[in-house]
Amino acid sequence: MTALLDIKDLRSYYGQVQALHGLEFHLSEGSMTTLLGANGAGKTTTLRAICNMVRSTGTIMFEGQSLNGKSTENIVRLGIAHVPQGRGTFTTMTVEENLQLGAISRKDTKAISSDIERMYNHFPVLKQRHTQQAGTLSGGEQQMLAVARALMLRPRLMLLDEPSFGLAPLIVRDLFKILGKINREDKVSILVVEQNAQLALEIADKAYVIETGRIVMSGNANEIASNEDVRKSYLGY
Amino acid sequence: MDLLVNQVLAGIATGAIYACMALAIVMIFQAIDHLNFAQGEMAMFSTFIAWQLMQWGVPYWWAFILTLIISFAAGVIIERVLFKPLAKAPVLTNVAGFIALFAIINSVAGLIWDFTIKQFPTPFGSSPFMGSQLISTHQAGMIGVTLVLLILLFLFFRFTRIGLAMRAAATLPESARLVGINTGWMIALGWGMATAIGAIAGILIAPVVFLEPNMMGGVLLYGFAAAVLGGLSSPLGAVIGGFLVGIFENLVGTYIPGVGNELKLPIALALIVIVLVVKPTGLMGRTVVKRV
Repeated sequence: MTALLDIKDLRSYYGQVQALHGLEFHLSEGSMTTLLGANGAGKTTTLRAICNMVRSTGTIMFEGQSLNGKSTENIVRLGIAHVPQGRGTFTTMTVEENLQLGAISRKDTKAISSDIERMYNHFPVLKQRHTQQAGTLSGGEQQMLAVARALMLRPRLMLLDEPSFGLAPLIVRDLFKILGKINREDKVSILVVEQNAQLALEIADKAYVIETGRIVMSGNANEIASNEDVRKSYLGY
Repeated sequence: MDLLVNQVLAGIATGAIYACMALAIVMIFQAIDHLNFAQGEMAMFSTFIAWQLMQWGVPYWWAFILTLIISFAAGVIIERVLFKPLAKAPVLTNVAGFIALFAIINSVAGLIWDFTIKQFPTPFGSSPFMGSQLISTHQAGMIGVTLVLLILLFLFFRFTRIGLAMRAAATLPESARLVGINTGWMIALGWGMATAIGAIAGILIAPVVFLEPNMMGGVLLYGFAAAVLGGLSSPLGAVIGGFLVGIFENLVGTYIPGVGNELKLPIALALIVIVLVVKPTGLMGRTVVKRV
């Protein structure tokens, strides 16, 4: 089976500073994978490198196609939706406009309206607020909007950067439940970067642990979760 | 009383032109965070193109439309060739670029069409509007064309997908790229539209100020004043600012003794300084509603 996403020898740089040192990992079709690690380990950089938002070398293959040298917008158009840290919400626009923007690269206008309805089913609160400026939503609602906006692309792969950041635990739990549902029902493969390792390991099927720009551990999520040493040394709980 | 109404209406008419210039400035400012000092010269050059087309016998409205198309294309090309490479350059480099563009366009226009003042036709005539002495038909035409333009722009940005994409690219370029928007082309499109809007302003004001390479100097200054007054981050503010500056300019020129025509321009500068000191965001500068 070929991997959906295959990353080899990825090295990324911020100016002179090297953030990733030859990262290698792959995601299989339909999987829900989590990338764990401490602050500054290179989790966000990995996601940014996939979308060519940071200077990198190495190979990134998506569905057998190389992403090297492609612009961010063209990578997104291949079906990789990226929910960045801080959510990237268009705060001055309405909720509905944000959803429209998620589908801006699609041509099938009819299917877009039905997809918006589908998002309102996933996240009823967005329907109630669809004419409201997105900046007036609460943090949890904005995160749901960010996920919904990403799904409007009809992505094959969704990259999520710390979706739990700044949210109340109960809301985080809801959000992860929905992510699991999307992964199973809509067949969207998901790569989620998290500091909340415990929760991420509960819903993911595979996990990678990253430390100072290298993968130091990989395996099934439940194995990693049950490995005392890993937990103590890398995940800190 | 008639004098007051007359001055206000005349102010609205020139204000319409300032509104167009301010709108063009704000559109480019939103896209690339720089003030286009050459906006006026670009508009002047467009006006010369319209004049040349009419000299060749093209009817007014065809020349008008052709000029808009040519201006749009020229705006896109200027962005691609000159300002795209400068996108990551420091502010001063960009400023130098704008000044170079200003000087080049000004002298090229002088070279081709020389610096003598030319008459520019108006399709509206200059008789009294609907039998009233308050406003001329050309002034009414200026207001009418501007209003149509503003409505079309509003509909474009509010209801079309490309308008939505342009707004997204201007407010949050990184997020825009992450939904698959080619922000580079959105910026080029913004340049094209701004240049076409400037062309409209130039063509409408040319019968009043007469056609020559330096015709837009004062107009651009009022356009800047309008953009600053309305708020550089707000297209609607720029438009309102344009009309306000037009009215203000006329009233001050009429009622404050000693100002007259000579001191009108410093008034625009004073207005810019006052707004920047008292309320730097302008009347309608962005106040983002945000919950953290």
